[in-house]
Amino acid sequence: MDKEPEREVPAGETVYEALKKRGVSRRDFLRFCSMMAAAIALPSVFSSRIAEALDAAKKPYVVWLEFQDCAGDTEALLRASKPTVADMLLDVLSLEYHETIMAAAGRQAEKSLQDVVRGQKGEYIAVVEGSVPVKDGGVYCCIGGRAASEIVREVCTGAMVTIAVGTCATYGGIPAAEPNPTGAVSVQKAVPGTPVVNLPGCPANVENITATIVHFLTFGSLPPLDAVGRPLFAHGKRIHDNCERRAHFDAGQFARRWGDEGHRQGWCLYELGCKGPETFQNCPTVKYNEGTSWPVQAGHGCIGCAEPAFWDRMTPFYKRLPPPPGFGVESTADSVGAGLAAVTGAALAAHGIGRLLSGGKKEGKES
Amino acid sequence: MRAVENALEITIPDNARIIRNLITGIQYVQDHVIHFYHLHALDWVDIVSALSADPAKSASLAQSISDWPKSSAAYFKGMQERLKGFVERGQLGPFSNAYWGHPAYRLPPEANLMAVAHYLEALDWQRDVIRIQALLGAKNPHAQTYLVGGMSIPVDPNSQNALNAGSIAFISGLAKKALEFVEKVYIPDLLAVASFYKDWAAYGEGTGNFLVYGEFPEDNASNTDNLWLPRGIILDRDLSRVHPVDHVKITEYVTHSWYEYPDGDGSSRHPWDGVTDYRYTGPKPPYEFLDTDGKYSWLKAPRYDGRPMEVGPLARMLVAYASGHKRVQEVVNHVLKTLGVGTEALFSTLGRIAARGVETLVTAEMLPVWLDELSANMKRGDLRIHDGGKWDPAAWPKEARGYGWQEAPRGALGHWLQIRNGRIANYQCVVPSTWNGSPRDAKGQPGPYEAALKGTPVADPEQPVEILRTVHSFDPCMACAVHVVDADGREMTRIRIV
Repeated sequence: MDKEPEREVPAGETVYEALKKRGVSRRDFLRFCSMMAAAIALPSVFSSRIAEALDAAKKPYVVWLEFQDCAGDTEALLRASKPTVADMLLDVLSLEYHETIMAAAGRQAEKSLQDVVRGQKGEYIAVVEGSVPVKDGGVYCCIGGRAASEIVREVCTGAMVTIAVGTCATYGGIPAAEPNPTGAVSVQKAVPGTPVVNLPGCPANVENITATIVHFLTFGSLPPLDAVGRPLFAHGKRIHDNCERRAHFDAGQFARRWGDEGHRQGWCLYELGCKGPETFQNCPTVKYNEGTSWPVQAGHGCIGCAEPAFWDRMTPFYKRLPPPPGFGVESTADSVGAGLAAVTGAALAAHGIGRLLSGGKKEGKES
Repeated sequence: MRAVENALEITIPDNARIIRNLITGIQYVQDHVIHFYHLHALDWVDIVSALSADPAKSASLAQSISDWPKSSAAYFKGMQERLKGFVERGQLGPFSNAYWGHPAYRLPPEANLMAVAHYLEALDWQRDVIRIQALLGAKNPHAQTYLVGGMSIPVDPNSQNALNAGSIAFISGLAKKALEFVEKVYIPDLLAVASFYKDWAAYGEGTGNFLVYGEFPEDNASNTDNLWLPRGIILDRDLSRVHPVDHVKITEYVTHSWYEYPDGDGSSRHPWDGVTDYRYTGPKPPYEFLDTDGKYSWLKAPRYDGRPMEVGPLARMLVAYASGHKRVQEVVNHVLKTLGVGTEALFSTLGRIAARGVETLVTAEMLPVWLDELSANMKRGDLRIHDGGKWDPAAWPKEARGYGWQEAPRGALGHWLQIRNGRIANYQCVVPSTWNGSPRDAKGQPGPYEAALKGTPVADPEQPVEILRTVHSFDPCMACAVHVVDADGREMTRIRIV
């Protein structure tokens, strides 16, 4: 710990200066930068560029809005480890408005929001959690007497960039599921024409939230996105293609019942309804809670929560999908993301043969 | 899950019950600590005042109440410098525009500094210990291993893809860490802070009625009575009697809620026959005020036998205490004795905060016990995690109905459902914050939040930190609006509690 003597620090200190002041060594800082380079799928040479950019950047102002949400993504934020949530709140970001975490309430909370929206116009990052109901003049979600649809418009149109976190903010989520009683829409639909990065998932993976912010601060631009607004570094590949159980799929080894031998031995969950073949997210590589686990590791199939309209399209969760395409990673979100209909059919013939050869003999037997 | 299991008469395997207990248990522990430090402490702790603390005095204070190792003068000095650097930068982030310096803040600077240091330590601690839930539930938040009939996380000591001895050791280590922090940091802090605010044992009582469904089943029968935290009802603050819970007596009103019932606003309905036909009649946004004589809430008003009920940790600890739960009685008595107050102090804002701490401690103590149960089953070769007899809807009766209860961290959570022809025909949830945050009913009876605010002194209506203290003490699950009305019924101020 190369702690510095106390000194007066002007407003607008850089991210690295802030970290240094609190005892983070240069080496730890650079390690964080390489981790971020890896997280956003850049060659390692870029880690020095990230370090330079963070060295120069002011602590960015962040406004975090919650609408039709359950605070699950807020909870996810509290689990951040790289950097830790404590470092993030004090040193990396300047989180000026967040209903769950902020100390202020009432008019003082409104003031915090207005201070940023008016005082830092075009200079702050807006993060939105939850969908926005637009039916009947927006009466189904009002905060301080203002409709969510109005608040999101004001805050996001003045932001440098908007990040929609979680499936409700990105695609409407559960509130927008049929019959969508409140007319819930995504942030992108609520504020058309404004640049929005979508980080879906239920909850969004906090590693992807952090990596997106660092990408933006480093390169001054949004990361490349797929056709439904998701960064490729986190959503460029199907879960199925990076899945730790993929070898069992290819070998025709399937868990058939919860707790049978195949299930206990980590065989493929496809027959139990796994939506991994239809879902594009980095769950298998990043996992959750500091790499502790993710649904497939815990014996439960993917439910497709990172896909648009998953509540309507991915149910019933326990019914197996039509056979997914091929062995490789040849399909991208753009060609497959259109829905289940897009993936039925011939491409799976090859895989069907694999299963025939296995003859079902390797099926797990019931315990 | 439990409602469907109840409707279809499914008995879950023992391992599924134990894993659910562990997931719920660590959830209580983590959630309550987050509530205390991150969602509630700043109503009592003045961060700005911590800047003028003498770190050596903070160290003596910390060492006098606990043997937690991080309590040296150098440690608190480092924390203070970090805080100073943060404040001097001029970007206060989540601490901007709060009520710092308000006369209602009563802790000396040294205690404020200690609490702020633990605010930051707790942030790191919680993300670590909740990995118990991530391991058993796939991720946190939003565990994804719950199944009707059991759990999806396999158990097999001879597999690297299932819960095995390594997983037991992982959970065991984190459970130890969880309990240590609760014993050595959270409880001592709670008692230290409370000792400066004892007058809050006289404010914020609420309805005096408490409802508990009970949690942590000790056998596998659906809706079993055999619970580690008992089920029961306390009425009118009377701890000498615990009444049984009869779910038929639960009904919901919509008199002041933006919904319509076929039988009108004077009627109430049991959740099995519940109707959720929404009709907004409030003002068009943007608006300043709601008309509380009419409809003013999206929450229905749940009532038990016509009475508003408080739910949550205070309710659970009172029912356990009054039912003769030995460990709860010991810890509650210890807390009361330390603060020099009687049981009547429990019916208050401070009582709610203390009960949450008591529950955290006794629950953290149980984690190793449940883990031992799981190990014993594994040793016996009991690897069952799921009863699949009713997995296929073809195995269901043509019609069924059921209900399931869970004590969520915030309180009694009930689901009621009807199944017809293999599909859900009606599904109604009555959730903890609907009980506590309930609007008034047809008789005009207020819910617990509203009742608890009556008589709360507010020094400065423009900065009503006192209101936050009482409403936050319930751990509301949402940002919520509170209108303060003076004796003439004139609205004094409007604050949004977030």
